[in-house]
Amino acid sequence: MSVFLAKRFLTFVATLLGASIVVFLVLEILPGDPSMTLLGADADEEAYAALRLKLGLDEPAVLRYFDWMWGMMQGDFGISYAYSVPVMELVWGAMALTVPLAIFAMLITIVVALGLGVFAASRHNKPGDYVVMAFSQLGIAVPNFWFGILLILFFAVNLGWFKAGGFVQWEDGVWLAVKSLFLPAIALATVQAAILARTTRSAVLETFREDYVRTARAKGLTRSQTLWRHVLRNALIPVITVMGLQFANLLAGTIVIESVFSLPGLGKLVFQGIANRDMPVVKDIVLLLAGMVIVVNFVVDVTYAVIDPRLKVHDV
Amino acid sequence: MALLEVKNLDVTLATSRGPARAVRNLSFDLDRGQTLGIVGESGCGKSMTALALLGLLPENGVTTGSISLGGQDLLALDEDAMCGVRGNRISMIFQEPMTSLNPLHTIGRQVTEPMLIHQGMTRDEARAEAVRLLERVGIASARQRLDNYPHQLSGGQRQRVMIAMALSCKPDVLIADEPTTALDVTIQGQILDLIADLVSESGMALILISHDLGVIAETVDRVLVMYGGAGVETGPTASLFQHLAHPYTQGLFAAVPKLGSGGKGKSRTRLSTIPGLVPELADLPPGCTFADRCDLADDKCAGTMPTVHDVANDAGHRVACLKPDDAKSRMATSEAGA
Repeated sequence: MSVFLAKRFLTFVATLLGASIVVFLVLEILPGDPSMTLLGADADEEAYAALRLKLGLDEPAVLRYFDWMWGMMQGDFGISYAYSVPVMELVWGAMALTVPLAIFAMLITIVVALGLGVFAASRHNKPGDYVVMAFSQLGIAVPNFWFGILLILFFAVNLGWFKAGGFVQWEDGVWLAVKSLFLPAIALATVQAAILARTTRSAVLETFREDYVRTARAKGLTRSQTLWRHVLRNALIPVITVMGLQFANLLAGTIVIESVFSLPGLGKLVFQGIANRDMPVVKDIVLLLAGMVIVVNFVVDVTYAVIDPRLKVHDV
Repeated sequence: MALLEVKNLDVTLATSRGPARAVRNLSFDLDRGQTLGIVGESGCGKSMTALALLGLLPENGVTTGSISLGGQDLLALDEDAMCGVRGNRISMIFQEPMTSLNPLHTIGRQVTEPMLIHQGMTRDEARAEAVRLLERVGIASARQRLDNYPHQLSGGQRQRVMIAMALSCKPDVLIADEPTTALDVTIQGQILDLIADLVSESGMALILISHDLGVIAETVDRVLVMYGGAGVETGPTASLFQHLAHPYTQGLFAAVPKLGSGGKGKSRTRLSTIPGLVPELADLPPGCTFADRCDLADDKCAGTMPTVHDVANDAGHRVACLKPDDAKSRMATSEAGA
């Protein structure tokens, strides 16, 4: 077990190192000089030079890379060019929105998708199945920003149940904060739930064709006993794989929905960072997202081993 | 009245090419302690017959006729009542021990499951009984095995577990569908002996399904030969192997490889085969299902349902054929030539 954890930790570090190099190189190649963006196009040459010196931009790239890494290792995430505050502060603020939003959307996805997927499978080729499949097709086809706008129009503008946008900070009341994430979470969860419901349905149908399911039926288990005892857990492996991908996607890919609902999350922060050539912010967030995705994958792998006794933890 | 009576059983599968009669007009009966072997090629309806007895046909399957167990018509039972029959009064062992056990459940959980459902045992009682059953089927250190998973057992051990599971509720009828086909040759004999012992111990009835005439000859009292969903010949094992009254049975028997066949002079003879392929069920002729491939058949055979004749003087040895005499004289010639 400890060998396994040590191996996983090494992979973790190696992946982050690789990601850091890629991020750094991409930002190096990206045209646009941060000093130009910060001072505007009309400043004089000396001001640009002074700013570049201050930001350390005149040093060689290799040196700047190691500076960045060295700082990260000591917990120093650098100072934002645009806001002149520590990147750490900006990231924490954004994470307090994005992580709960991703978890919220994932919970909705899991509950809805498992329920509908299992229901559809148990009504295979019957009206219930067709209805669920039709809705999931619709859920996949509808772009989530447009669905988000519909939700705002209906629930915020017409019914007035929710605010049309913005995030209530956690300090101002947990319930209010959750409420302000409600519509965006639904907008995010719709597509994911539609995809996961299909995955669940086909995994359950596939498992129903297994020999051991026939054995269970031959023992005298009813169809629903067979479903709960012999099918569901076995069908979970592909479902969990997709869940892992979706959660990573929700952490990193909420920018559009954040814009629709004017939420100051990670997506918005990184987008503005790119627009402002705010390199410390962009580099740190991309690395942070890479780290989170690796952790999610690790959790998924451990879950496989918990579900399936054929996999020992050290195999995954 | 016999324990299990199957009368005019028909199984029709709705396929994209129209209805396929997977089992046609099949009748047999079986008493306590009796053993029946069902022989035939793949796709002849053997397994469909077994699944029909359990009420576990695929969703596109329809069963007509009657299956009565201890005087109760199983086809008239609803799904809930059938669940009370499966695993309790009729049990089944399948061909593939590697995939027939749930990989995520322990052996103990799987073996105790029927007892928990059907006999209302407590978990502890069922576990104690499971240990006894596993010991009986020859699994060493049975108590520890309860907490193992299927992947920790060999194929032969898994089939023993399947047998223990099938016997756990002391069924009236045990159906074994190719129980040794997927096993090593060295294990096959052990498993067949075990099944035979258990059957004679408990007095249950056994239906052994196999394409292997050797397995059938050694294990069962009576044989039913099936072709294209229909029973073509049935009788006591010794009589059936002696007379081989149906042209299909003759072909099946001639296709078994034998050591030293050919005798002096001819060092090698080609292994005999039955010409043609097993027909698609949807394409079968209205008359004798074997007519297409039978070298004795004439125009009448494909169009007319074969008549049933008694064979020799053996009670209960019957053949469904329009030309039993031709088949008989051919047997006589080939025996004279041998």
